[in-house]
Amino acid sequence: MNGKLDFSQVNWDEFGKATIETLQMLGYSSLFTLLIGLPLGIVLFLWARSSSYMLRVLYSILSVIVNILRSVPFIILIIALIPITKEIVNTSIGVRGMIPPLVIGAAPFFARLVETALREVDRGVIEAAQSMGASTWQVVYKVILRESLPGLIAGFTVTVIALISYTAMSGLVGGGGLGTLAVNYGYYRYETAVMLVSLVLIVLMVQIIQMIGDRLVLHFTRK
Amino acid sequence: MITIKNLVKTYTTRGKSATALNGINLEIGQGEIFGIIGHSGAGKSTLIRCINMLEQPTSGSVRIGETEITRLGKRQLQRERRKLGMIFQHFNLLSSATVYDNVAFPLRLERMPRAEIDRRVKEMLELVGLTEHAKKYPAQLSGGQKQRVGIARALAPNPRVLLCDEATSALDPQTTDSILRLLLDINRKLGLTIVLITHEMHVIQSICDKVAVINGGIIVEQGPVIEVFLKPREAITRDFIKRESEGGEMFEEAIRAVHVPSSRTVRVTFIGELTYESTLSQTVKETGVDFAILQGTISRIKDTPYGQLVVRFEGDTDSINNTLRRLTEQRLEVEELQ
Repeated sequence: MNGKLDFSQVNWDEFGKATIETLQMLGYSSLFTLLIGLPLGIVLFLWARSSSYMLRVLYSILSVIVNILRSVPFIILIIALIPITKEIVNTSIGVRGMIPPLVIGAAPFFARLVETALREVDRGVIEAAQSMGASTWQVVYKVILRESLPGLIAGFTVTVIALISYTAMSGLVGGGGLGTLAVNYGYYRYETAVMLVSLVLIVLMVQIIQMIGDRLVLHFTRK
Repeated sequence: MITIKNLVKTYTTRGKSATALNGINLEIGQGEIFGIIGHSGAGKSTLIRCINMLEQPTSGSVRIGETEITRLGKRQLQRERRKLGMIFQHFNLLSSATVYDNVAFPLRLERMPRAEIDRRVKEMLELVGLTEHAKKYPAQLSGGQKQRVGIARALAPNPRVLLCDEATSALDPQTTDSILRLLLDINRKLGLTIVLITHEMHVIQSICDKVAVINGGIIVEQGPVIEVFLKPREAITRDFIKRESEGGEMFEEAIRAVHVPSSRTVRVTFIGELTYESTLSQTVKETGVDFAILQGTISRIKDTPYGQLVVRFEGDTDSINNTLRRLTEQRLEVEELQ
């Protein structure tokens, strides 16, 4: 390392491309995490308090699976999932190759946050809806999801931010995006300026997403 | 209207079982305001929640009109519940929905057409006096206003029965009275049957037609409010009534402590129009005894005026006996205290 920052090394075109790749990974993985994690969280919530013994057993099993997926470090998860990733998207590298491990890593995390947010809903309000003849499904989507919306948005924000750090990590195993730039130039070639620019871009992304999340939470909070 | 037979509810937690209801029998008539009073833990909350099956009874039956609600399947129960409105101690409104949307909620569950919902919601908001607050969220309302929203929401689907689970217990006295007046008003206007549970005799006295006293999971006493209130048989009932007429017990002890020779102390009860007549003074004028009023209440139970006086008659034994007999003949209730 020469200790001097030389921004002339920075290839801005490449940064543009990498940023787009990161955003693509982030966009798709966030979308699928939402589509899988939200129903999973609802199921966890419903089964945990079900009157049926069998569903409560299923809850325990699902809960263990979720815990296992959450406890595996993401970088190991990517490698461990390579065969499955190849099955799903026919490749294990690049933007496409990263989306399955990102989703499998983040969806259980988000599901737990969903479960916690749903538990915060006042039991009395749920009971009131039941007393008015609401079905389980109506209770879920007209009461529980609606009442816990701020909590769900906050949880999703946290998840998307975790996904940003996951996409950066995926640079180590050929994932593409800003993480790859930081690893290939900043780490292997000691181009500190590239490292720094990647860092700034990632921090900016996190800030923007957190800000949007906070705004939305505030907008939907009525208490 | 509502018939409850041999209702039993037992909770089992970690192998231990606790009986909340131990064989409840009740008959609630169409258009009645029926009060159930009990201390916390007496089982009153479990009882009212068994009426709409928020709580599944262990055995026994609840019949509403022609429907035995304890035997319904899930779907049928959901449909039947729409005929039973319920309001709660903590209101249980959707905090994320406006007043309007809260009242519209049960109607949307039924998939009522939009225009009809709009008409009905406005009608309900007018009934409870919250028309200007339609666009507010529950957090912006006072406790009494929230309960009014609760009432509007419960009544919107046009139920046959309104269940009130400690509906005024979280409210201050003035607000409680305004909510009670509203309930009474609705009962008269719509002929709605109201079942309410409370731990306050004041609530029962203000609006109920009939009352049941629950203790330890059983109904210990029930009947028209005026009878139960003026002639309570059970200690627990007397306890609830005494709490209302402050210091009643202490006063009776004080009366017993003072001994006046050649006198008898009695409690005289007037019910209905007799309350406002001069029966007592006319009688003593005729029999020639003196009297002192030691304690007295003149009030009403729902619409019936009543008076209850503790009176010490002084005079010779015959005159006093004569006085008491005459009072009894004029349909006053006379009960000897000493």
